[in-house]
Amino acid sequence: MPLDAAKTETLVSVRGLSMHFPIYAGIFRRQVGVIKAVDDVSFDIGRGETLGVVGESGCGKSTTGRAVIRLYKPTAGSIFIDGKDISKTEGDALRRLRPSMQMIFQDPQACLNPRMTVGSIIAEPLDEHRRDMSRAERQEKVRALLDQVGMNPDFANRYPHEFSGGQRQRIGIARALALDPKFIVCDEPIAALDVSIQAQVVNLLEDLQDRLGLTYLFISHDLSMVRHIADRVAVMYLGKLVELASRDALYESPRHPYTKALLSAVPTVEKRSVERIILQGDVPSPANPPSGCVFRTRCPMAEARCAAEVPAFRKLADGRGVACHFAA
Amino acid sequence: MTDATASAPVAAAPAHRSLWADVWRQFRAHRGAMIGAGVFGFILLAVIFGPMLWTIDPGETNLRARNQPMSWAHPFGTDNVGRDMLAQVLAGGRVSLAVGITAMAVSMLIGAAIGVLAGYFRRLDGPLMRLTELFLALPILPLLLVAILLFRDTLRANFGPEAGVFLLIVLIIGITSWMQTARIVRGEVQTLKEREFVLAAQSIGTKEGRVITRHILPNVLSPIMVSATIGIAAAIITESTLSFLGLGFPPDFPTWGRLLFDGKDFMTRSPGRVIWPGLFISLTVLSVNFIGDGLRDAMDPRIRGR
Repeated sequence: MPLDAAKTETLVSVRGLSMHFPIYAGIFRRQVGVIKAVDDVSFDIGRGETLGVVGESGCGKSTTGRAVIRLYKPTAGSIFIDGKDISKTEGDALRRLRPSMQMIFQDPQACLNPRMTVGSIIAEPLDEHRRDMSRAERQEKVRALLDQVGMNPDFANRYPHEFSGGQRQRIGIARALALDPKFIVCDEPIAALDVSIQAQVVNLLEDLQDRLGLTYLFISHDLSMVRHIADRVAVMYLGKLVELASRDALYESPRHPYTKALLSAVPTVEKRSVERIILQGDVPSPANPPSGCVFRTRCPMAEARCAAEVPAFRKLADGRGVACHFAA
Repeated sequence: MTDATASAPVAAAPAHRSLWADVWRQFRAHRGAMIGAGVFGFILLAVIFGPMLWTIDPGETNLRARNQPMSWAHPFGTDNVGRDMLAQVLAGGRVSLAVGITAMAVSMLIGAAIGVLAGYFRRLDGPLMRLTELFLALPILPLLLVAILLFRDTLRANFGPEAGVFLLIVLIIGITSWMQTARIVRGEVQTLKEREFVLAAQSIGTKEGRVITRHILPNVLSPIMVSATIGIAAAIITESTLSFLGLGFPPDFPTWGRLLFDGKDFMTRSPGRVIWPGLFISLTVLSVNFIGDGLRDAMDPRIRGR
C-alpha cells in the first residue's frame, strides 16, 4: 500500500513535524540544548483508516500524537486535518477545531477527574461546544454515549473510582466520541489494561470505527495488537520515522533493520521462523542524538556512511517508506 | 454505594446525584465532625441569640457584686467591677468568631488565588512564590503592632471605633496568614496540572479558566479546607493575642482574648474569668478542626461511602 493512502481521500496529513523541547540550565536558565522528541516526521492517514505507530518507550510516539491534535505547539512542520493547516492556529480558532479531533488516553486512572460523576465527565465536551443543547438533551446524549460504548446508562451518576480499568477506558472513549469527531488519537489506550480487557477495548474501537467511520492514529508498543487493528504501521525510533508500510508488508518483510529487530522480539507460541535480533546498547539521548542515521549506534548493518549521511525517507518500489541507506 | 441498589430498577434517567447531597451524607457519617458541628453550632447560636435571652448589659458595672463566684444570678461569676461574665463571654464571642471567620475567608481567598495562579501558570510561579517568601519572612507580631499604631486612628475616624478596628484586624490577619495555603495549593496544582484529565480537558477545548474551576479547584479543595479550619483557629488566637497585648479592640469592648487579658491578674482570686473565655476559644478551635476533618473526607469521592 502506498505511503500516501491512495485508497481513500486523505483526512490527516502531517509534513515535516518536529517537536523540540528546550533544555534550560544554570542560574540564568539559559537554553543549553533541545530534546528532539519528534524530528521531521511526515505521514498521511486516509479517511476511515487506522495508522498504527509503534516504537519503544521515549521514541516520540505520544509526543507525535499530542502534537498532531495540537496539545503542543509544534516546533516546525504542518498538520493538515481535512485540508486545513492547524499547526499555527491558536486560541479560539483552535478551540473551534477541537471537536473534530479527540484523544483517548493511556491511563484510565488518571484521565478521569475523580471529583466528577461519569455523566459530567462525558458531558464536559458538550458543555464546552454544544451550548445549543438543552440540559435534558445533553443528559440524553450522555446516556446514548454510555450505551454506545457498552455501559449501563444509569452509571452516569457514579464516580470513576467505582469502575474497573476497562470500564474507565470505555468512559474515556465515550467522552472522546461526544462531539462526533472524525479523527481520534489513541495514545496507548490498552497499555494499562490486562489482556482479557485489552481485546474488548480494541474490539470496541474497531466496532465504533465501522459504525461511525472514525479515523484512528493508534499509538502502541504492543506489536501484535497493532497488527490486529492497524491498516498501515509507522515505526519510530528516537523521534524519527524509520519505516512506514501497510500492515501486511511490514509484518511479513520489514526492511529497516530496526523494524526487523523489533518484530523479531514479538513473542510467539509457534517455533519462530526468524532468529531473534538482539540489539546492543541503549537508546541514545534525544538531547544528543548520533550524527547521520540515529539508529547507527545499535544497527548491525552500520557502515561509515551511516555516521556521515542522514538517510532520506525514501519510497520503495512497493510504496512503503524507509529511512535506511541499504533498504531495497 | 448504598444507593446503587435503590436506583437500579428506575427505568427513566435517575435524578442527577448532587455533589453536595453526597458530601452531606458522608459528613453525617463522620462522628467527630458531627460532634464538632454540634459544638460549633451551639457556640454560634449562643453568641448570636444568647445576648437576647441573657439580657444583662455586658458593660453594666455593679460594684456591690464584684468578683462573685458562679451563682444563679451570675452563672459565670462577675469581674472586678461587677460586670456579668456570661454576658461578656457571649458578646465577646460575637466579635471573636466574626474576626476568625472573616479573617480566614480573606486569607483563603488570597492563598488559594496565589497558589492556583503560581501552580498553573509557569510564568507567574517565580514572582508569586518570591512574594510568598517575602511575606513568610516578615515577623508578624511586630508588623501587626506597627500597622495597628499607624492605621488605627484613620480607620477609627472613617468607620467608627469598633468597625474600624475590626476591619484592621481582619485585614491584617488575613494578609499575613495566607502563605502556607498558597504554598500547599501551588504544590497540589502543579501535580494536578500534569494529570491526564487536565490534558483531556485541553484536548476537548475547555477554556483555561474553566479548567481551573472545574478540574483544578475541586481537587485542591481538601488542602484548602484543612488550611481554612486551621485558619479560623489561628485567626481567633491571633485576635486573642492582640487583645491580650492590649492592641486589639478598645478596653470596654469585650472579645475572648480581651477577657483573658483582663482576667489574668485575677486568676487566683476568680479563676472563672480566665477559664470561661479560654474554654470557649479552645472549644471553638477544636470543633472547627473536627468539622474540617469531616469536610475533607466528605469532599473526596474515593473516601465517601467507606
